[in-house]
Amino acid sequence: MQEFETVIGLEVHVELLTKTKMFCGCSTAFGASPNTQVCPLCLGLPGGTVPELNRKAIEYTIKAAMALNCSITEEITFDRKNYFYADLPKGYQISQFFYPMGTGGYVEIHLNGSTKKIGIRQIHLEEDTGKLLHLGNIISSPYSRVDFNRAGVPLVEIVTDPEVRSAEEARLFLQKLRSILRYIEISDCKMEEGSMRCDANISLMPLGSKEFGNKTELKNMNSFRSVYKGIEYEVERQRNILLEGAEVTPQTRHWDESKGLTKAMRSKFVSADYRCFPDPAIPPFDPPQEWLEEIRESIPELPDSRFTRFVREYELPPYDAEVLTGSREMADFFDAVLTLYNEPKNVSNWIMSEFLRLLNSTNTEISECRIKPEDLGELLNLMDKEVISGKIAKGVFEEMFASGEKPEDIIKKKGLVQISDENTLSKIIDSVLEGNPSSVEDFHSGKNKAMGFLVGQVMKETKGKANPQLVNKLLKEKIEK
Amino acid sequence: MNLYEKTAYDAAMALEKKEVTSVELVESVLGRISEVEKNVKGFIHLIERETILEEAREIDRLRAKGQRSSILAGVPMALKDNMCTMGIPTTCASRILEDYRPPYNAHVTEKLQQAGTVLIGKANMDEFAMGSSTENSAFYPTHNPWDTNRVPGGSSGGSAALVAADEVFFSLGSDTGGSVRQPASLCGVVGLKPTYGLVSRYGLIAFASSLDQIGPLTKDVRDCAMVLEIIAGNDSRDSTSVPREKESYSSYLGRDIKGFKVAMPKEYFQEGIEEAVRESVMNAVVLCIKLGVEVEEVSMPHTSYALPCYYLVGTAEASSNLARYDGVQYGFRAPDQDNLIELYLKTRSQGFGSEVKRRIMLGTYALSSGYYDAYYLNSLKARTLIRQDFENVFQNYDLIITPTSPSPAFVRGERLDDPLTMYLSDIYTTTANLAGVPAISIPCGLADGLPVGLQIIGRPFDEGRMLQFCFALEKMLGFKGLKPKISADGVLKDVS
Repeated sequence: MQEFETVIGLEVHVELLTKTKMFCGCSTAFGASPNTQVCPLCLGLPGGTVPELNRKAIEYTIKAAMALNCSITEEITFDRKNYFYADLPKGYQISQFFYPMGTGGYVEIHLNGSTKKIGIRQIHLEEDTGKLLHLGNIISSPYSRVDFNRAGVPLVEIVTDPEVRSAEEARLFLQKLRSILRYIEISDCKMEEGSMRCDANISLMPLGSKEFGNKTELKNMNSFRSVYKGIEYEVERQRNILLEGAEVTPQTRHWDESKGLTKAMRSKFVSADYRCFPDPAIPPFDPPQEWLEEIRESIPELPDSRFTRFVREYELPPYDAEVLTGSREMADFFDAVLTLYNEPKNVSNWIMSEFLRLLNSTNTEISECRIKPEDLGELLNLMDKEVISGKIAKGVFEEMFASGEKPEDIIKKKGLVQISDENTLSKIIDSVLEGNPSSVEDFHSGKNKAMGFLVGQVMKETKGKANPQLVNKLLKEKIEK
Repeated sequence: MNLYEKTAYDAAMALEKKEVTSVELVESVLGRISEVEKNVKGFIHLIERETILEEAREIDRLRAKGQRSSILAGVPMALKDNMCTMGIPTTCASRILEDYRPPYNAHVTEKLQQAGTVLIGKANMDEFAMGSSTENSAFYPTHNPWDTNRVPGGSSGGSAALVAADEVFFSLGSDTGGSVRQPASLCGVVGLKPTYGLVSRYGLIAFASSLDQIGPLTKDVRDCAMVLEIIAGNDSRDSTSVPREKESYSSYLGRDIKGFKVAMPKEYFQEGIEEAVRESVMNAVVLCIKLGVEVEEVSMPHTSYALPCYYLVGTAEASSNLARYDGVQYGFRAPDQDNLIELYLKTRSQGFGSEVKRRIMLGTYALSSGYYDAYYLNSLKARTLIRQDFENVFQNYDLIITPTSPSPAFVRGERLDDPLTMYLSDIYTTTANLAGVPAISIPCGLADGLPVGLQIIGRPFDEGRMLQFCFALEKMLGFKGLKPKISADGVLKDVS
């Protein structure tokens, strides 16, 4: 059977975390009632001008371009993309067509133990459109209503080179991109709320060929999962067409999550000519060098270099390092614990097991979590000093997670200090041995399990506070006597 | 002398000396309007008499308490109908905005309101400021007060005619390729297009954003300086507005102009200019020399590119700026449409007039893929050359003197079917818009009873010295004080 190579280029739109829109003072907050965050400017009313640019939006875009290893344009200019649609109040969209903010960058993804670079063709700033609202779907709805709250919200578009080769690569790329953009704090990248959106240009060509096949543009993928499933479906659909000897029709297709398939969308215009030209109402703007330097210096250590550092310096397994550097908050948390308790693998184990379990089961973001890194460090110290046992520590940790209290307070309050005093323990062990003669006998007749039972009884007597190593040692001495 | 005949400055002085009240000024112009407006047709919308009088009374009350917001407080005026006035119709003389009432005020509307001037109404214009005769108004053409069979020029023809006919003391117009200066020239009033960026365009309904600029139309140069002082100034709502210190333009008036160096570009005196216009302008040049001004002929070799360049840049920008009139949110929406495309096609076909549609098509064509480089990109290059022509001349000269328009007012209907001849009306005025420099037209004489305008072009933000020069020249020209006799001819022989 003929083999094909998959060629995918991604276009990702990301809403910036600015408080106000790109060209007016209206709020960008998500979820307000329709048309309550609008003004004559973002509604495109007659007489609207372009006010001074939102410097934060430009700063964020430059920051993103730098974090994605792009070179930055010398002069910042804006262009108009002209087309008619009901969600576009001015009849054109302000974008950066001729000179994108950044070009020629890349993002690294880790796949099957190797690293692959996905090229970033360009990153540019543009304004978002309004949103059409329908009763049911667009075809059957008796009306279209328009909500302009989103119109004019600054949006960054990131376009990759056609170097993505599979649905899995696309998913990994998007996750890495989200991680980077969250690290630099320019977007919350929530696909479900639409603050991160992804379209995929997909085509297949015979393996070894240099000529791309006909492509389809896939839209409406609203989660990482649907990006993966949508692309996988579309690749398979195209493969089947090609295997039958037919041609793929170049078109825009819609991912239907509930049915799990892609559908051809009625195209708005046969072939769009956007008549792009420099926006005559926005003077070009030369970003001062010092400002660019400031922005560059504000970029924190990014996931890739942090990953490398965690593996190299802390000798963590790559899997641990990947998880810990997945979000900046988590990696910051990890680094912060280490300043108090310098046993990376120990800390990693705690975070990867106990901490992530609690975060997931309570659906808590790390930023909302009440445990402070220094408290986890202290807890681990207390364990090492044998003030408490590992088992007790887990309970204390849960308590810390729920209440935000310091570990020593919880331990003191609940009287959880480990009993490591030999005399005290000896007495307790003696009484346990006395009260369980049959178990003692079992032990002597070679049943090792009995030992475990007796340890358990001691722990029960001490409400788990007994130092387990000491209990084991003393018990053994006494029983073998 | 009737009150309405006064200049804005004289009216303001009379208010200051408590010889008149704002109510009396309003009554006087309202009387004048009821007398001549039927022959001039300069207004699209007149504000209700009682509303205007109430405003005048309030200003009089404040003045009696010793509070006046500016020297022009209480003086009646008009705004071109492409400047947003909150709750008051703002139509751009277009069917597509026939019932549109903006929810906000333009920057200039705010400024004039804060200054206490009294808005009488909205002035007629060519639809969306596209035209040179005010015949492209969707409602009716305005008549030239000097000969009501003739056009007042355009696109700010209503603003110019209202001032010439003493229906208001001053008005504002907008100038994209000569739309303040050419009607000022044809109506015998003073019209200034300030430096691009001096006056905020916030609330000015855009025609071509990189060319549009708001300017005063006044009875004389002093009035022009006073109005400019009110409307000029930085505005963060318009990113093309240039941050600058406020200037007192009046303070330049009366200073000596001896030693000024003025250039006379030969390209503005070649074929196409009517002899009477040339004579009138040359007469003014002679007067300049008598005032001790050095006048020399120069060449501005790229002048001939200006008109085609203007009609490419201007229409391209317009095709985009006018895309918002789609029937979705506001304004006219055509009845009976089945889908979105039909809504657009019908609304825009029925809502726009033919000149507007012609320019949208021209501009759309110029920006289309495959034509962009040849038309739009080349016109941007030509624009740079034209700007350099000005920079070169201003290295050696303070000002440039030219005619404003190649001919005096023409007969209504004469050029309506010949857009290219109509476009030639702007041949001397588009250069200043393309270069962004300030330019003013002042009346310099009569040719067969019709006013002729003289254009003075200055360095960017050199309005002060331009006005100083014009003020001195105006005294010598002897036009000031000439008034049109408004006949009813235009109504009887109205061809439209």
